[in-house]
Amino acid sequence: MSISREDLERIAELARLEIPAERAESLGRELSAVLTFAEALRRLDLAGLEPSVFAPAGAPMREDEPDGRQLDPARATAAAPESEDGYFIVPPIVDVLEP
Amino acid sequence: MSAAGLWRLSAAQLAERVRSGEATAAAASESGWEEAARVWERDVHAVVHEGREARATAAAAAPRSGPMAGVPVLVKDNLCTLDYPTTCGSRILAHYRPPYDATVIARLRAAGGVVAGKGNMDEFAMGSSTEYSAYGPTRNPFDLERVPGGSSGGPAAAVAYGLCPLALGSDTGGSVRQPAAFCGVYGLKPTYGRLSRYGLVAFGSSLDQVGLFARHAGDLAMLYAVLAGHDPWDATTRPGPPPDVSSWDAGVEGLRFGWPANLWREGVEPEIVEALEGAAEDLERAGARRVAFDFLPGEYAVATYYLVATAEASSNLARFDGVRYGYRDPAAADVRSLYVRTRSAGFGPEVQRRILLGTYALSAGFYDAYYLTAQRARTRIRHEYAQAFGKCDFLLMPATPTLPFKLGEKTSDPLAMYLSDVFTIGANLAGIPGLSVPRPLSRAGLPRAAQLLGPEDSEGVLLRAGRALEVRGDRSRMSRAHHQEFAWPTRR
Amino acid sequence: MAYEAVIGLECHIQLATRTKMFCGCPVEFGAPANSNVCPVCLGLPGALPFPNRAGVDAALKLGLALGCRIAPESEFARKHYFYPDMPKNYQITQYDRPLCEGGALTVRVSERDREFALIRIHLEEDTGKSFHPEKHGDRRISRVDFNRAGVPLLELVTRPEFHDGLECGAFLTALRRLVRWIGISDGDMEKGHLRCDANVSLRPVGSEKLGVKTEIKNLNSIRGVERAIAAEIARQGARLDAGERIEQATLLYDADGDRLAVMRSKEHAHDYRYFPEPDLPRVEVGADWIDRARAALPELPWARAARWAREYSLPAYDAGVLCEQRDLADYFEACARGGDAKLASNWIMTEMLRVMREREWSVADWSSRVPPARLAAFLARVAARELPGPLAKQVFGWMADEAGDVAGLLERHGVKVQSSAGDLLPLVRAVLAEHPGPVSQYRAGKSATLGFLVGQVMKKSGGQAVPQVVQELVRSELAGSDVSGSAPA
Repeated sequence: MSISREDLERIAELARLEIPAERAESLGRELSAVLTFAEALRRLDLAGLEPSVFAPAGAPMREDEPDGRQLDPARATAAAPESEDGYFIVPPIVDVLEP
Repeated sequence: MSAAGLWRLSAAQLAERVRSGEATAAAASESGWEEAARVWERDVHAVVHEGREARATAAAAAPRSGPMAGVPVLVKDNLCTLDYPTTCGSRILAHYRPPYDATVIARLRAAGGVVAGKGNMDEFAMGSSTEYSAYGPTRNPFDLERVPGGSSGGPAAAVAYGLCPLALGSDTGGSVRQPAAFCGVYGLKPTYGRLSRYGLVAFGSSLDQVGLFARHAGDLAMLYAVLAGHDPWDATTRPGPPPDVSSWDAGVEGLRFGWPANLWREGVEPEIVEALEGAAEDLERAGARRVAFDFLPGEYAVATYYLVATAEASSNLARFDGVRYGYRDPAAADVRSLYVRTRSAGFGPEVQRRILLGTYALSAGFYDAYYLTAQRARTRIRHEYAQAFGKCDFLLMPATPTLPFKLGEKTSDPLAMYLSDVFTIGANLAGIPGLSVPRPLSRAGLPRAAQLLGPEDSEGVLLRAGRALEVRGDRSRMSRAHHQEFAWPTRR
Repeated sequence: MAYEAVIGLECHIQLATRTKMFCGCPVEFGAPANSNVCPVCLGLPGALPFPNRAGVDAALKLGLALGCRIAPESEFARKHYFYPDMPKNYQITQYDRPLCEGGALTVRVSERDREFALIRIHLEEDTGKSFHPEKHGDRRISRVDFNRAGVPLLELVTRPEFHDGLECGAFLTALRRLVRWIGISDGDMEKGHLRCDANVSLRPVGSEKLGVKTEIKNLNSIRGVERAIAAEIARQGARLDAGERIEQATLLYDADGDRLAVMRSKEHAHDYRYFPEPDLPRVEVGADWIDRARAALPELPWARAARWAREYSLPAYDAGVLCEQRDLADYFEACARGGDAKLASNWIMTEMLRVMREREWSVADWSSRVPPARLAAFLARVAARELPGPLAKQVFGWMADEAGDVAGLLERHGVKVQSSAGDLLPLVRAVLAEHPGPVSQYRAGKSATLGFLVGQVMKKSGGQAVPQVVQELVRSELAGSDVSGSAPA
């Protein structure tokens, strides 16, 4: 299974990563190698098998009450690269929605 | 007894000294730093964050009467701690200080444990050698040219050279069991859902478990009992009481162990096979019975693992974007470049590779063929294990196909690195517990290990077998009163 | 060319739970920025979601009220996209296995009852709030507040069965009323607690094939919905008429200018990379939970209106007004029981609502001053014709401000109701004596002057006479006396 250049660019955009031009080819080959290896799964008999689920079923849900983990604005923004008056500050958001 | 030499004691012995007043918590937690670290840490580089003051504060706060009174524990740097940064071996979290303790850390402290510092790791737990840390590699104390394994290389090495008797790591595909094997210490991956993941920076949500390192089987049991149990803040933890591990020295009389020799017919170094056979003999000497049968080869597991783990990782790592915490590219002038520049500069190449792979496995048009297929293959793998455990109480197999390899040996071939996980990933895919048990060193003085795998909630059985192996099957030395010496690494 | 518009709606209902969907942070309007946040809803490394049963309960209530099929096992999923108000850059939502499927809402449109079918209702978490760019020294920045991140939302998707903005407006109005009625949300569109996106396409009348659809986002008022959809239908129609193709686009409606603007959108199609949320177990809803939710539902507005029609013969119009809000309906019912329901309805619809509007009172504000029993006592006096119209209105107004029963209020204000023939006959005879002209006109056949004469008596009585009694007395006097108009002895 080989990843095309277009696929690689599309995936990189979805993941918000930039692939330097000089890396594109080798990265494509590395990913293709892993995907080819993953093709081995086609040889397994998976008839009638449901996807695995690990979170225990029927676990009780939370009551609609505060749980003591709330942070105040100072602590919430303490690690922010930029914050002001309790807000997180980012570059200007022009209306670009969704991927 | 003077403070000198406290670092050589087991955790159980150390806690006893502190409870009885013979030693202070401060002395107990500093001993490894004053003695073992002075000899080893500069070369091994197991630790990424530490502080004498932080340790002293933690020691002063530690309950004197707890089961782990005063015991220092090195914590892998992907577990959130209030008193140290949590950087996950990455630039993107450089200097990050979380505003909360992970649940396992809170439980550790409540039991008297002292966080000794943060352990080095492969970035975001992605790697098998700790060479992918943004803060420099960790080296194997048994041979400084070789890797300690990964991704929990720091914690494993620290326990091996004596910085502390216990350490916490995380195991997603073997990241506790493989470094334990490479560093000659015990490494336990619990049943999925038995230790809380709240505060463990997520890599593969359905695969991750906090794992434990120790030099003695009994110490693992003590730590497990303190940490295990349902946590309301982690909805994937199992309700009800965790397995009871208090009879870890009860022996293996009458237990059956599976022997799937087809798995190491090829591709495993002879000295590892030798160690494995020695383990089988020890278990038989202790009264266990060997049951031979074939088992599903590991290549399916590796393929399944790398699709599921990278998919979940690509999702879990989406939150690292320079908005609320961590590194932010200073030149980003708009939101899109904020994301792209921050993430491209902040994540190392292995992490980026896995994010791309995982994104691909989830993307429209490929989801069915990759992620969904892998999750179904996983169910098949669970069934295989369940069937095997119908014939035995636990499985014996290698932890790794090779002895510890040299730094730089596998970093140019990612696929080769992934294939070295072939014996450990099965347990993560099936959600079952696994224990790496140290065996006698190789002829060149390198650590070797055997791995035990059991059905869900069989930690008690695995620790009993681990103890039996600790005393080489000698039933007269099985009880906890009998302490084993540890094969310390020697400076060359 | 005649076109038919095909419209589907996606509504987001913000739930009025105490805490968020996946953590215990309070849900509060207007709190200081980032004061209702925690590691979970901030998406801090290592944090995990912990589901709130109140969110599921609210979804069940709405699903049952709308006749949906409830899934015994539903699943949370991750929906991935990058945006500054997304703490994890994925949203926890439901995809393959939603909580509710099917169902329908009956809506009154242009005086007919129409049933609009739903596709599904599912639970998800809201995003934080990001703000438009602002000047900050020599650069521009945006602010982000995560107080809203993690608040539970219900997403309700309709079948594309609407044909114009009016139908959509009526649907939203009915939905808003319902969510308030069953107590899961205040449905306040201005606060953004009820939001709506519309998918609009056009096709030639009679054609089966669907046209290209555009999406109008973030409509936050009923009028806005109606206008935006009308504008989009017009826009698409004009393009098609001009022979141009419709391009798939996302549009924002600007209410002030009444215009649609195309949002800048990414070239690549949406690839949300949905997969089941590994951090959460499946949501299991058993029969007992469903039974409890159903039992906790109040009588729904349409059922109530139907019952009122049967039990009280109340007209549909009245039921429509009184069922606007549950507390109003409850108030009406408490007054109507054992009395004249139509009378109660009239007084509530006109006078009570008027007073409430003037004073900006809620039903609760009114009811604390005039509890149903008090109004019922008043209405009984009116029904017994013991309170003439204008006086009754006055007394009604006094009740809003003062304590006391009708008799007490009358006394306090020094008003006496004149309702007996003994009180009124002298007045009647005096008026007839004072107005011989109209009296002759009446006797000559101009029956309309009766009203004038009655009015004069009312005036003379200072509005305290009961009009029906006055009318009877005037009639009988006019009928009984002789042509000379002299009063009988």
